Amino acid sequence: MGMTITEKILARHAGKAAVAPGDNVWVSVDVLMTHDVCGPGTIGVFEREFGPNAKVFDVNKVVIIPDHYIFTEDKMCHRNVDILRAFCAKHGITHFYDPATDGYKGVCHVALPQEGHTRPGEVLLGTDSHTCTAGAFGEFATGIGNTDAGFVLGTGKILLKVPATMRFIIDGALPHYLMAKDLILRIIGEIGVDGATYRAMEFCGFCIDAMTIEERMTMCNMAIEAGGKNGIIAPDDVTRAYVKERTALPFIEEFSDPDARYYSSHRINVADLEPSVARPHSPDNYATARACAGTPITQAYIGSCTGGKLTDFLAAARILRHHKVSVPTYLVPATMQVKNDLATTLYDGLPLTTIFAQAGCLPIAPPSCAACLGGPKDTFGRLMGNEVAISTTNRNFPGRMGSKSASVYLASPYTVAASAVRGCITDPREFL
Amino acid sequence: MSIIHARIFVVGDNIDTDQIIPAQYLNLVPTIPEEYRELGRYALCGLPDSYPPFVAPGEYTTAYPIIIAGKNFGCGSSREHAPIALGAAGVKAVVAESFARIFFRNCIATGELYPVESTTRLCERLRTGDRAALDLDTNQLVHEPSGSRFPLAPLGDARAVIDAGGIFAFARQSGMIQ
Repeated sequence: MGMTITEKILARHAGKAAVAPGDNVWVSVDVLMTHDVCGPGTIGVFEREFGPNAKVFDVNKVVIIPDHYIFTEDKMCHRNVDILRAFCAKHGITHFYDPATDGYKGVCHVALPQEGHTRPGEVLLGTDSHTCTAGAFGEFATGIGNTDAGFVLGTGKILLKVPATMRFIIDGALPHYLMAKDLILRIIGEIGVDGATYRAMEFCGFCIDAMTIEERMTMCNMAIEAGGKNGIIAPDDVTRAYVKERTALPFIEEFSDPDARYYSSHRINVADLEPSVARPHSPDNYATARACAGTPITQAYIGSCTGGKLTDFLAAARILRHHKVSVPTYLVPATMQVKNDLATTLYDGLPLTTIFAQAGCLPIAPPSCAACLGGPKDTFGRLMGNEVAISTTNRNFPGRMGSKSASVYLASPYTVAASAVRGCITDPREFL
Repeated sequence: MSIIHARIFVVGDNIDTDQIIPAQYLNLVPTIPEEYRELGRYALCGLPDSYPPFVAPGEYTTAYPIIIAGKNFGCGSSREHAPIALGAAGVKAVVAESFARIFFRNCIATGELYPVESTTRLCERLRTGDRAALDLDTNQLVHEPSGSRFPLAPLGDARAVIDAGGIFAFARQSGMIQ
């Protein structure tokens, strides 16, 4: 009996020849990631349960990436980074990206692949729901809570239920005005914010094969917005080229068998797709940008693990090269790497930083999660009142970006940039 | 605990973790006792203003230890602060049509509260402030003003873990770990 890529990865990590959906199996963990928001609590659980002298399961497999509340005056937030720093020093954790040093990276889900921590066929757990982003590299990646993470920290193992897999076969080539965000918002709109609860979402087909790794990350990042346990894309030459440039560690690739069993199969042709928007207050409140056109906005935001990668800023630059924004436009690169790339990457002969400055965007912020999830009151771009924002981020439930009387529309960087120029929601095809 | 008698607080579908505990309070570390207690003050403070306050101003615990919800309760982030804030506020159980996966697991791992699935949609039939009895042995919720009984899905193996106070306590009790 054939297995899906998700089942094969879990079977191998459970030391079994085969697993089936619904099986509860003990799985060995290749990478455990945590950050400043959930790391201190995870450490608290670990020390409470295993004792003050306990050792972590493997100092090379624990990756700690502070990224949420870095550029704030909030003393508690700084205290939390201090807890991480002290823990890493005590245990000799190899991969700690300290905000007080040049080693600071930024948003964990983008920093993980950039620093070589995502590898095909592995199991990666993180104390953050968007850990599923790493499924873009052909691995099993999912978010867990502090207590489970505290257990993993001590043992290197976790009890997991094998998810059934929903397969999404995406046909056609994305037209030049569409991005992965348009596609995944459409899928979430179709199946709903609980449409994949407890299940794996496997993306395949011509359209996925043709995507860059960063666009694949956008697809898998948003699996959790449909309730998915993990998003996953089989590795190929695009994956291998990216991964091998960043890590020398060996990995074992897995692929779905031709006779694998799926919970369901969904076929989508992107030829039918238009620029997408998720209206307030849910990621599944799908509409076309065309249908929302003219809705006034008060600010625009480009950033986060799903929408703050170089690809996202390049897309925005295509529109902002010859147009000025008419509402405050906040730009938050996900990582230091992305931030540096903005200065060195040219579009139409100009660095992206110059294009954004000439377009009248606010000065580019230092990399972090910033206003994607609201955060402390002094967070860059945070919504404070009844703003109407359009954003490349991944979630728009009430209050998500800081104010529960605000409204947030989610969209691709093209649609966000076009809307920033017009001051109202705009179909980016007007500019492309 | 087999039967929980309490006032109920009724919410709708897709109550996400940002509404259960807004991100500005994630600077509180749940394993530090004073901060655990503090989290209770902010439980469900991210709900839209159309809801009454879940925890009265100045209080640390709620007058509503049972929450009745629609579909997909606890969707969104993996923050364990969510079940912990509810537990710190004195919530004993959430009875929902369905739960988001990570929230459900975090309830069991922490042992903070019982995430119980109802087999019918209760959030449009019951009102905030009514008294109810949740019976985890017979798997039913009794609406005390009317005497109506509503069936619940059994918690199965998760029940004993929450009874024990979470996975670590359960593993010790059952001899799985020292």
